[in-house]
Amino acid sequence: MGRIHSVESFGTLDGPGIRYVLFFQGCPLRCVYCHNPDSWCVTGGQEIGSADVIRDILRYKSFIKNGGVTLSGGEPLMQAEFAASILEGCIENGLHTAVDTSGGVSLLLCRKAVELADLLLLDIKAADDQLFRKITGHDIRNTLEMLAARERMHKPVWIRHVLVPGLTLEDKHIHALGDLLRYYSCVERVELLPFHKMGEFKWEELGQSYTLGDTRPPEAEQVEHARALLRGYGLSVK
Amino acid sequence: MEEFKTGSWQKFVDVRDFIIRNYIPYDGDESFLESPTKRTEELWAQVKALMNDEQDRGGIYDIDTHTISDIDAYPPGYIDKDLEQIVGLQTAKPLVRAIMPFGGIRMVHTSLEAYNREMDPEIENVFKYRKTHNDGVFDVYTPAMRAARKSGIITGLPDAYGRGRIIGDYRRVPLYGVDYLIEQKKKSHLEAVYNVMDIKVIQLREELAEQVRALEALKRMAESYGYDISRPANDTREAMQWLYFGYLAAIKEQNGAAMSLGRASTFLDIYAQRDLDEGRYTESEIQEMVDHFIMKLRLVRFLRTPAYDELFSGDPTWVTESIGGLGTDGRHMVTKMSFRFLHTLTNLGPAPEPNMTVIWSPRLPEPFKKYCAKVSIETCSIQYESDELMRKKFGDDYGIACCVSAMRVGKQLQFFGARANLAKALLYAINGGRDEKSGAQVGPEFLACRGKYLDYDDVIRRFDKILDWLAALYVNTLNVIHYMHDKYSYEKLQMALHDDEPVRTMACGVAGLSVVADSLSAIKYAKVSPIRDETGLAIDFKIEGDFPKFGNNDPRVDDIAVEIVKSFTDKLRKTPTYRDAIHTLSILTITSNVVYGKKTGSTPDGRKAGEPFAPGANPMHGRDTHGSVASMMSVAKLPYDFSEDGISYTFSIVPSALGRDKDEMAANLVNLMDGYFEEAGHHINVNVLNRDVLMDAMEHPELYPQLTIRVSGYAVNFVKLTREQQLDVINRTYHTRF
Repeated sequence: MGRIHSVESFGTLDGPGIRYVLFFQGCPLRCVYCHNPDSWCVTGGQEIGSADVIRDILRYKSFIKNGGVTLSGGEPLMQAEFAASILEGCIENGLHTAVDTSGGVSLLLCRKAVELADLLLLDIKAADDQLFRKITGHDIRNTLEMLAARERMHKPVWIRHVLVPGLTLEDKHIHALGDLLRYYSCVERVELLPFHKMGEFKWEELGQSYTLGDTRPPEAEQVEHARALLRGYGLSVK
Repeated sequence: MEEFKTGSWQKFVDVRDFIIRNYIPYDGDESFLESPTKRTEELWAQVKALMNDEQDRGGIYDIDTHTISDIDAYPPGYIDKDLEQIVGLQTAKPLVRAIMPFGGIRMVHTSLEAYNREMDPEIENVFKYRKTHNDGVFDVYTPAMRAARKSGIITGLPDAYGRGRIIGDYRRVPLYGVDYLIEQKKKSHLEAVYNVMDIKVIQLREELAEQVRALEALKRMAESYGYDISRPANDTREAMQWLYFGYLAAIKEQNGAAMSLGRASTFLDIYAQRDLDEGRYTESEIQEMVDHFIMKLRLVRFLRTPAYDELFSGDPTWVTESIGGLGTDGRHMVTKMSFRFLHTLTNLGPAPEPNMTVIWSPRLPEPFKKYCAKVSIETCSIQYESDELMRKKFGDDYGIACCVSAMRVGKQLQFFGARANLAKALLYAINGGRDEKSGAQVGPEFLACRGKYLDYDDVIRRFDKILDWLAALYVNTLNVIHYMHDKYSYEKLQMALHDDEPVRTMACGVAGLSVVADSLSAIKYAKVSPIRDETGLAIDFKIEGDFPKFGNNDPRVDDIAVEIVKSFTDKLRKTPTYRDAIHTLSILTITSNVVYGKKTGSTPDGRKAGEPFAPGANPMHGRDTHGSVASMMSVAKLPYDFSEDGISYTFSIVPSALGRDKDEMAANLVNLMDGYFEEAGHHINVNVLNRDVLMDAMEHPELYPQLTIRVSGYAVNFVKLTREQQLDVINRTYHTRF
């Protein structure tokens, strides 16, 4: 059994092709720019068994057979066993799988799921440990361990990174990220996601204070500039 | 010139046989396509200027109030004779609307009044002596029919305007020449002699005589443009011109609600391919002809009343052209001409008409599918329908009339029946047959639902009774309408381009399906208590608790929707039809979902009085919370076998939710449609547009003259919609993501 926040039956941005995206409930991180704070609480959401999840996923096979299934959240690896059994079910049925994670869970707890996923979407909040702590409230160790694990497994990773003006959108931070990633052959692509405030209302609904109320989304040129910097490290950047 | 491959098409009229034997499937991509020629650019600039003028004059450029429109009633008309490669206008001048009073002189009056024009006294005089379709219908309507029409439980009926939805097989004109067609019809007339001259035979003989006269008029009309179409066409230019003359004659004769073209492109490709092979024309010359032909189709105009426009907004004509599909022999029917037709959306820019309809199969060639997706994303001007579902029922030479109605071209037609308002019917069930707006007893009188909460089984039982009553009344009303239409406003030219004894369907329809499904789901899974006025009429509802909603792929409510469709079709079938037409059903509203909503009180699903319904078979706005695939899956469950006249679904999405870049977006759209049609979905409109663009277009219509969006079965210039409908479109579920 596991806890699910919601389902998106037409995901096109979390892995290749059309994807069934399962949003897990619960997250260890508390990122200041999170657009889904309603998925933090580990006791929220709806309880469901992995067999039922698989049954539901298979109803969409006509649509996702060239795409696949993405486990997202929240933090899917916080419910590692549940995630692993869903991944197994998908693999048995010939579906491509992806896990969208921040890497904020110790590999000791989630190795099986990390190994099973055809693709890991690893959201690195910052390459610099101090900045990482500032954004998430945790250190970067688990994330780096997960990246290293995928490298040893020879399994692909897409890195995701959110560009927040005044936080991560600075040349030195982008360079640090490029410098970190250049050594990993498992990194197939890097997706830079411009910060947006579409989740702000959720913070208010939850009675939490949102610290980025005055931050504006980055300009298109700033995003392009960051992409160019990363391409300088031989990375494929989207 | 090489002869076409021989076959039974030379022994009798059989266009399909000609196509199957002679067309060449094209598996390649769009790289062969040509840009507009200088002539095309100049001509299109002139047309655009005329259309801007039309918009500035309040939507009507001009009206010819002195001529009763007919096939050969006007002298030849041109936009710019030196530039036009395909000629022929509905009236003597472009965009000038004709009056066609045989459907109803009252409608012409109302239209002219609305635009401050007066009818020519001579025409006025003619119709003192000549009865119209509309007069005939109202001579026969019973009080029950009038009451149902007035309350809006049955609406949009073609009792005052042309029914349309008949597709003449315009390809017969180029393939056979008019003389051969006349000869065949004369032969039929000669042979239609039976021992008993009953109504059937008398009607047939009179109609055949009318058809012959119409074909002769068609020949005269073409002659006035300097063309002798008594013989078959010899090359692409002639084939396209002949075909257009056939269509033009139809739209000079009839102001039908939908005047569709059929399935012309692959037929025309046979001529084009031969001309290309033999060096008669270049690709650029052929594209130029296509561009000019399509331009003509964009100029089709009818005079209609403001009440009609409110229902079917944006001046639609439904010049629907069906493109693609597979043959029953397993070959796909995509040709270069399929690409050329769609390419006009690039050469001339997006446009609602002609209503480009791709009949889709996952087995269509990948480059064509990708091309369609790309054009869709850029123009929003294409609709898609399942060739897999329709080929089984209609073979491989069917065309779509209007939005979603398939019919074998030249062999089948429908009696268009607009639609019944099922949401209102549910309220009648709750209110004992009384209308929730007026309080009048419109339906059969029985006890209204009592008690604090609505009981599911009790409501279902009453709803079933109301549907029995409604189905019978509805079919009977349509019988009256179509008897009179045949009698007073017979489509002689279009029928001359049909087989003598075509298959007829009685095309009924429903609106408000998702409202009813959600309402019944609320009654079943939550607690719904009616709020009654002093006369006991339920005027609003209070809902306690949550309930499954249509559009989330949840069988608990989807099954309810399926059951309603099945049950209503079964009920319709119980009442015999005029001319033994086969009962069919569509789930389609076009833009009338707004008006239907306005005329319907609050419903048990939480929809407030006056709020729009969802269009067609769409889930209600914002209630589909599991993403668009789940939404599509719910719609795809609606059974085509019980809704053979079509199930319309409109899909709107912001570009960023479709993929990261153009290639990905196109690939995802292709997969989405493959999936939808594999799951037995019937129809889908695709809109890929930013909400901001629409908002801006509402404020600055002059900047967006060609902004096209698809609305339940057809495309429309966004700026031509009423403000209410524009808001409806914008508020409608825009699928974004969590």
